[in-house]
Amino acid sequence: MKPAAQALDKRSLVDFYRQMRLLRIFEERAAEQYMRGRVRGFLHLYIGEEAIAAGAISTLEPQDYIATHYRDHGHALARGLDPKVVMAELFGKVTGCSKGMGGSMHLFDASRNFMGGYAIVGGQLPLAVGLGLAASYLKENRVVLCILGDGALNEGEFHESMNLAAIWRLPVVFLCENNLYGMGSPVKEVFAAADEIYRIVEPYHIPSSQVDGMDVLAVREAMEGVVGRVRDGGGPYFLEALTYRFRGHSMADPSEYRSKEEEAFWQKRDPVAKHRQFLLANGIASEAELETIGQGVEEQVEEAIRFAEESPDPAPEALYENLYANP
Amino acid sequence: MPTITYREAVSRALREALREDERMYILGEDVGAYGGAYAVTRGFLQEFGPRRIMEAPISESAIVGTGTGSALGGLHPVIEIMTINFSLLAMDQIVNHAAKIRYMSGGQFSVPLILRTVTGGGAQLGATHSQSFEGWFASVPGLKVVVPATPYDALGLFRAVRQERDPVVFVEHILLYSTRGEVPEEPYVVPLGVADIKRPGDQFTIVAYSRMVLVALAAAEELAKRGINAEVVDLRCLRPLDIETVLQSVQRTGRALVVEEAWKTGGFGAEIASQIQERAFDSLDAPVLRVAGADVPMPYSRELERAAIPGPAAVVQAVETALGK
Repeated sequence: MKPAAQALDKRSLVDFYRQMRLLRIFEERAAEQYMRGRVRGFLHLYIGEEAIAAGAISTLEPQDYIATHYRDHGHALARGLDPKVVMAELFGKVTGCSKGMGGSMHLFDASRNFMGGYAIVGGQLPLAVGLGLAASYLKENRVVLCILGDGALNEGEFHESMNLAAIWRLPVVFLCENNLYGMGSPVKEVFAAADEIYRIVEPYHIPSSQVDGMDVLAVREAMEGVVGRVRDGGGPYFLEALTYRFRGHSMADPSEYRSKEEEAFWQKRDPVAKHRQFLLANGIASEAELETIGQGVEEQVEEAIRFAEESPDPAPEALYENLYANP
Repeated sequence: MPTITYREAVSRALREALREDERMYILGEDVGAYGGAYAVTRGFLQEFGPRRIMEAPISESAIVGTGTGSALGGLHPVIEIMTINFSLLAMDQIVNHAAKIRYMSGGQFSVPLILRTVTGGGAQLGATHSQSFEGWFASVPGLKVVVPATPYDALGLFRAVRQERDPVVFVEHILLYSTRGEVPEEPYVVPLGVADIKRPGDQFTIVAYSRMVLVALAAAEELAKRGINAEVVDLRCLRPLDIETVLQSVQRTGRALVVEEAWKTGGFGAEIASQIQERAFDSLDAPVLRVAGADVPMPYSRELERAAIPGPAAVVQAVETALGK
């Protein structure tokens, strides 16, 4: 058993299962609502990548910041945003976590220091540097978790941000969710060092490593070490989590560029099934317990959909609200 | 009243802000030991130290993004983009992020980011270093754009900018730094979104901002010698825009000309002209005129550069032609 598993009590280990199930079911139901036309725009599903959000965000303190990309539902839910307000945001309702003004790609929650999903690839990287600078300037005990995808590695902003974080030794964890594809482009075709992308930060003297992003306990264990080190003033860190999205880039993508063999290979490593197997094999939870958890999550998501459906649209006056503090 | 330069006015504004606001810091290329490309922050590093005066690598996008992120984290950044030409490298951070975070988050977050930059041509710096993009920024909801023409306005407007909770692009002009003007020792503030009649007149309204205000004033002097009494309206801010002062002037004079240094096509002058005809059509005795930068990349040649930037003669000629003289 991994040290992370040994260090955690039953409740925490089972809670990872509950949380990953929630992320999975939430996305499956969101996809259904998209097909029914209730959720519009782009909808990027996190299915297959749940172990990263659940494992990584569990290591943060409430005062820590998260800045992430547009595949952000899982991160928001793992940070503790109520599925109701996330679903309502997808529905564009005033009860949404961004009051219906942001949508799926722009989830925000100031009360949880969830500093936003950013939908221009790489855009959140310098923002995370700035959050780290603020924490450092104000001598606050905060770590910034900056989540990026493999696609962001090829943005100039990536390199600008690594350099700034390094020269100022800022408390930022760059967590790269490498799901092997930037939209439809395989990372191995568009990135020169695809086999070892975590080494990309070596010239900036930023320590880095790779973790199995399909194993929630592995992510938890790696992130515990990383966050502790960064919190103790060790400067920035880059962690690559290898993963795979089980669906297309967005709901608009039938994912025809990937082979059935490749998809099957990764499906066998399903992070939710894997952790379920772990709990059962080690006698940590019974089939019946896990079944009950699954039902509870289903009900929670159904309630979220009801809440979103029944919530009002933003009032017409909201069109010009919150543009300026002082118009 | 003492006179100081535009450079000294901006410098004084920054210095007093840093002294009064512990959360304010300056970040930019060569703002430290070098003292700023236009010497605005000379001596700041010695006075405030490297925590407050932060040297940045040549990474415009990350510099602006860092400013935005630090604003989200409770700081009050003054980001210096060495010239407005380089702001193109940071356009995503300015337009897609800084300008939108308050709105997209449903008002949960503020970005009190001050973005100082330098606009304009006339220094023979060629096509890539002589542009005027402030009008582009002015078309972005979520940004405010301040364009002072005088030392008095530069200091007073910056004091207002400090009170803002949203991103402000504070645009200085390369040829204005050494110009002088009266600035009182007593505290004063020039509020945002209030245009200023720099010269009263009753026969023609000339609307301008930044250095073109000086061009308009020189033209008005010449026109006065020729018996034409022109009014010069300095916009001072492009967003929020005080169109009311412009309209009231046009209602008095019946004629309007907008002079701007930026390219004519799609320039901010077109916005002003359009709003005048939309809202003061009945007051107009003639079409609203525009005198603007030539629609070409800025040439290096001294003579051709002069031909590309509006000067007093072009304004005088346009006014006289309109009046049938």
